[in-house]
Amino acid sequence: MALNLFLMLGAFLFCTGAYGVLARKSGVLILMSIELMLNAVTINLVAFSAFTHAVTGLVFALFVIAIAAAEVGVGLAIVLIIYRNSRTPNFDQLDQLRG
Amino acid sequence: MFAAETAAHGAAAAPWILENAWLVFVIPAISWLIIILFGKRFGEKCSWIGIAALATCSALSCWAAYEWTQQVEHHHGTPVVNRLFTWWQSNGFDFGFGIQIDGLAVMMMFVVTLISLLVHVYSTEYLKGDVRYTHYFASLSLFTASMLLLVTADNTLQLLVGWELVGLCSFMLIGHWWEEKANTNAALKAFLTTRTGDVGLLIGVIITPFIVYEATGGKHFSFSILEVNSSALSGGVGHALLLACASCLLLGIIGKSGQFPLHTWLPDAMAGPTPVSALIHAATMVVAGVYLGARLYGVFWEGFSINAGGMNLMAIVGAITIIIGAALAFVQRDIKKVLAYSTISQLGYMVMGLGVGAWLGAIFHLFTHAFFKANLFLGAGSVSHSGAHHSFDMKADMGGLRKYMPKTFWTFIIGTLALTGFPLLAGFWSKDEIIAGAGQGGFQLFAWVGLIGALMTAIYMGRCVYLTFFGEYRGHHHPHESNNTLTIPLIILSVFSVGIGFINAAPLGIHWFKEWIEPHGAEAAHFPVEEITHIEFHYSEAALAIAVAALGYFIAWAWNWKKWGPHGITQRNALARSGYVFLERKYFLDDLYTGVVVGFIKGPLARASYWVNRYVIDGVANGLGSGTAKLGDAVYRGIDRSVVDGAVNGLAEATGEVGGVLRVVQSGRVQRYALILVGGVVVIGVALVLAN
Repeated sequence: MALNLFLMLGAFLFCTGAYGVLARKSGVLILMSIELMLNAVTINLVAFSAFTHAVTGLVFALFVIAIAAAEVGVGLAIVLIIYRNSRTPNFDQLDQLRG
Repeated sequence: MFAAETAAHGAAAAPWILENAWLVFVIPAISWLIIILFGKRFGEKCSWIGIAALATCSALSCWAAYEWTQQVEHHHGTPVVNRLFTWWQSNGFDFGFGIQIDGLAVMMMFVVTLISLLVHVYSTEYLKGDVRYTHYFASLSLFTASMLLLVTADNTLQLLVGWELVGLCSFMLIGHWWEEKANTNAALKAFLTTRTGDVGLLIGVIITPFIVYEATGGKHFSFSILEVNSSALSGGVGHALLLACASCLLLGIIGKSGQFPLHTWLPDAMAGPTPVSALIHAATMVVAGVYLGARLYGVFWEGFSINAGGMNLMAIVGAITIIIGAALAFVQRDIKKVLAYSTISQLGYMVMGLGVGAWLGAIFHLFTHAFFKANLFLGAGSVSHSGAHHSFDMKADMGGLRKYMPKTFWTFIIGTLALTGFPLLAGFWSKDEIIAGAGQGGFQLFAWVGLIGALMTAIYMGRCVYLTFFGEYRGHHHPHESNNTLTIPLIILSVFSVGIGFINAAPLGIHWFKEWIEPHGAEAAHFPVEEITHIEFHYSEAALAIAVAALGYFIAWAWNWKKWGPHGITQRNALARSGYVFLERKYFLDDLYTGVVVGFIKGPLARASYWVNRYVIDGVANGLGSGTAKLGDAVYRGIDRSVVDGAVNGLAEATGEVGGVLRVVQSGRVQRYALILVGGVVVIGVALVLAN
């Protein structure tokens, strides 16, 4: 299969994720969108790895998966604490840092 | 794994136990793990794990000692070095973990395991029913393991590890009964005071590889004790480096071995259980400093120019410690504190012995002192346990106990006689070897200090024995003899106190200790074999020492038993009273440390800096200020208002307007920021694509 198809899938997923991060209100959905972006990157890595027959990309993909898991753990904890402190999961209402 | 050093000298393979002497610190370490993890399940039976471990180690040490004597007879006693594994290495700089077994290490292994075993046995009775019985035995095991790690170390870093671990165990055991504030204070004081010295030790240890580096012409770094010593003695190292290293290491010795002026922690350390005082604060841990001095003797020898005679820092520190320790022992009411100050004084002998080149004498005194001082401490524990209802106050709760506790009395007497240098007992041989070594090595002054110290020792120990065992019983309990668990260790130790000195009895032609312990032969490049003072026995010197001890006994007898002399002079005479107060307040050293040193940092320093702030800095600032104000006034009228103000106001207004615009961006919303970020990335990406 052509490399292009995978790259286009990756680009589509990445754009979807980026849109979600920018447009969604709920912290949980933002985290999910970030996961989408990470997975888009992983698809690219695997695709290039298969294309060049180099194993480095596969190893990187494993790293990305592991780090994504850790990142979700930290991110969910942050969302929970934000919810506990401000009684809302929506990020658009958080503007204490406004200058 | 067989060490290249031994093979290089063409000797046959070393005996198995010398190659594998690491067993002696691994076994107590395992025992510590078992007791700390599963000790609660065994209850008071957990002590048997420690006793079994120590009995094994003691047997292994005896075996090692026997093999070592055989080794010396056949192979000139080249140290057996066994590198167990390499921890890390980088660019020619490698640090391994290994053992160096020679006479000194074997001797320390024998002393530590034997006394630790006896103390374990003694403690099963002394600590019976204690709240933290399992913790106590776990700490004892850990202490023994750490101490053996220290004495078998083949490099200075490993030695440092053992050194810090014994300090930790000492801290835990002094504060064993931490419910009382005084005990935790004592533990903290011991820990922090020895830490003060350890700073020096750490710097000294860091310097040691540079000695090797300089001696090998910049080819090689090594922490190995053998290499450091031979490098120091090779003559290829600058004196300043060696002096710096030796001085820093001496600071470590001063802290650990209770030398003046950091000795103040040792008497307070008596807050711990008595068997701990016997094991850690008399027989083994406190001599770690002396052991360090003997171990890295090449560094001290060259660094302090000991062969040049005259004065050097090490001998002076030791000599001062002998006198001040002995003097303080006169005014104590607490029997353990008398013994603690006596320990300080005897450690002074050892350090002075190293400082005057009487290496063997210092080590021999370390060896004999371990036995008779452990004997005395355990005796004091027995008195307190069964005769004085857990009090250590000689004046309030003791007296006349010889009738009630004959075994404790006689073993205590033997320990006292051995300590004070009674002819043919252990202390006679070893202490007099130091004094004679000082005299024969050209250090006459230090020989006299040693003799005065011996006189004082005889007098204060006479006072201690009188107050404890003679006169009328002053307590309010029913004194009785301790049971066998307490008295059998005492009897074993007093047998050693009587007999152990004979292994280096020069007039009888016995030099075993010298042959076994002192490095000799052509291979010993790590030790100043030829130069150190080899003591000859003179009957005149022995007679002088005996006369001094006898004078001490007579004064003690006349003052205490016969009540001759000006009793009560400290109440009548102002000069005598001030002297007494001076001693009772321990030369005000504690007040110096807490009041002046700490207080200086807390109060006056703050006040002084406030004063400086108020008068100096403020004055300068005010003067400058008024001068500047006049100048400023002129400038203000002329240039400022028209030129500068215009520019500044313009700039400020421009900044304000830009800020007002940018303020909108600073919304505080994360997603806006992310949007800007993504926008920026897109712009940069597009720019890159277009540029290419």
